[in-house]
Amino acid sequence: MAKTDNRSGPTRRMVLEGGVATGVLLATGIPVDAEPAETVTAAASSSPVPTMTMSLRINAKDLAIELDPRTTLLDALRNHLGLTGSKKGCDHGQCGACTVLVDGRRINSCLTLAAMHEGDEITTVEGLAVGDRLHPVQAAFIARDGFQCGYCTPGQICSAVGMLGEARAGWPSHASADVAAASVALSDAEIRERMSGNICRCAAYPNIVAAIRDAAEEA
Amino acid sequence: MQSFTYERATSAEQAAAAVAARSDAKFISGGTNLLDLMKLEIERPAHLVDISRLPLGRIEETAEGGLRVGAQVRNSDLAADPRVRSRYPMLTQALLAGASGQIRNKASTSGNLLQRTRCPYFYDRNMPCNKRQPGSGCAALQGFNRMHAVLGASEACIAVHPSDMAVAMSGLDARIETVSPGGETRTIPIGDFHRLPETMPHVETVLGHGEMVVAVALPPPPPGRQLYRKVRDRASYAFALVSVAAIVEKGGDRIRSARIAMGGVAAKPWRATEAERTLAGASASDGAFTDAAEAALAGAVGHGANEFKIPLAKRTMRHTLAAAIERA
Repeated sequence: MAKTDNRSGPTRRMVLEGGVATGVLLATGIPVDAEPAETVTAAASSSPVPTMTMSLRINAKDLAIELDPRTTLLDALRNHLGLTGSKKGCDHGQCGACTVLVDGRRINSCLTLAAMHEGDEITTVEGLAVGDRLHPVQAAFIARDGFQCGYCTPGQICSAVGMLGEARAGWPSHASADVAAASVALSDAEIRERMSGNICRCAAYPNIVAAIRDAAEEA
Repeated sequence: MQSFTYERATSAEQAAAAVAARSDAKFISGGTNLLDLMKLEIERPAHLVDISRLPLGRIEETAEGGLRVGAQVRNSDLAADPRVRSRYPMLTQALLAGASGQIRNKASTSGNLLQRTRCPYFYDRNMPCNKRQPGSGCAALQGFNRMHAVLGASEACIAVHPSDMAVAMSGLDARIETVSPGGETRTIPIGDFHRLPETMPHVETVLGHGEMVVAVALPPPPPGRQLYRKVRDRASYAFALVSVAAIVEKGGDRIRSARIAMGGVAAKPWRATEAERTLAGASASDGAFTDAAEAALAGAVGHGANEFKIPLAKRTMRHTLAAAIERA
């Protein structure tokens, strides 16, 4: 019984947060050079892994961070910035758990380099709510119980937010009978097709579709 | 992932010169395929030149009445463009049949053309693969090959090109515009852009090292009804077993002209010119569609698990032609 009270060593999360403290050079409020340099090359260093300094804007906060150029946007968020809402599922763009919004568009943060997103407006699941007021898609997922284990949920929610914007802009999908039609009605078939880049291993799909349908109707 | 240095390109010419200057340098655009392969160390560039922010993201009208698609136009933007949806609907259909919403938002027009095969042996560094490691052999020939090529393959490689977009562009006779490190430009018909494997499956296109795609020109839409049909293992987010892009022009009860391209069957988008010749002037009937499908697959060779693709491709072609004619 004493075993559970005997954890004095560092937890995984503590290690990650320690990494954040050393990784972030400048925090919110400290001005960051607004114009990124035309060319960014890795700094010369005796260290075996050359790093580069980059400016990222995440959830409306400007951050400057020094990273190995290999760092994906997902790893920058999770391992260097303490934003662990975006999840690493497959790390190959197949599952959608890492979905974030870049300039309002949904992408797989595991399939892009942090260095490629200087100056972009990056929104993660942590940035969707306004204070205590949840984003309508977040509220709909709770109301409809659109999850079981919850691991895919941040990606599902960010993907749904991006997808609803695409549908409002009139973008057709593979489920659309006429791709030239000016507008699209989000049937369940449309929602399922448009969300096919987000896998839910618990198969909470019926409630995910219901939540997105609710959010679409509310908008 | 192998360590690399990163540089953001300032112009197309500068990017081409930067890659040409180093044999271990690569362009990165959307990155959705390249980074996937870099994580597995199948691609191991030591220097990346980021071309994603070059001003090549516009779709413009051309003097001849077509569209010129910038190399950095995202797949989602190309699919959603109202001009593409109304004048080149099979291109929109093909784009929307590929990948996921997230990947289409990132993947570029040129990157889609240049994406690499998803052959599982190409992805598995423990297995022989002539495309990944020239001279090591082809594990797919005697292996799990139900996704593999039935046309234009060789003893060195039976991998397929995975793109849907390129299949529609093949049917539309797209032209690929490039810039070379010295600043020279050239235009390559899409049919000449990808190479068949022959004895060098690792050389996949006619591009030189450092030569960069800057645009894809679509000629004016040909007359006739366009349709893209894709057959795959899942209803969404899966690569093609086979796909058919068809443009059929009807005159009375006859077919005036047809253009057909197939995906999932070869190392490049496969233009079915024999089938097109069979259809020109034929009556719009099941018999003509069957003759066309037989002509298109006449040279097809299966390798065991992918033999089903030959009848599947024929049926998909007949079905696509019939559906296009019905609405023409």
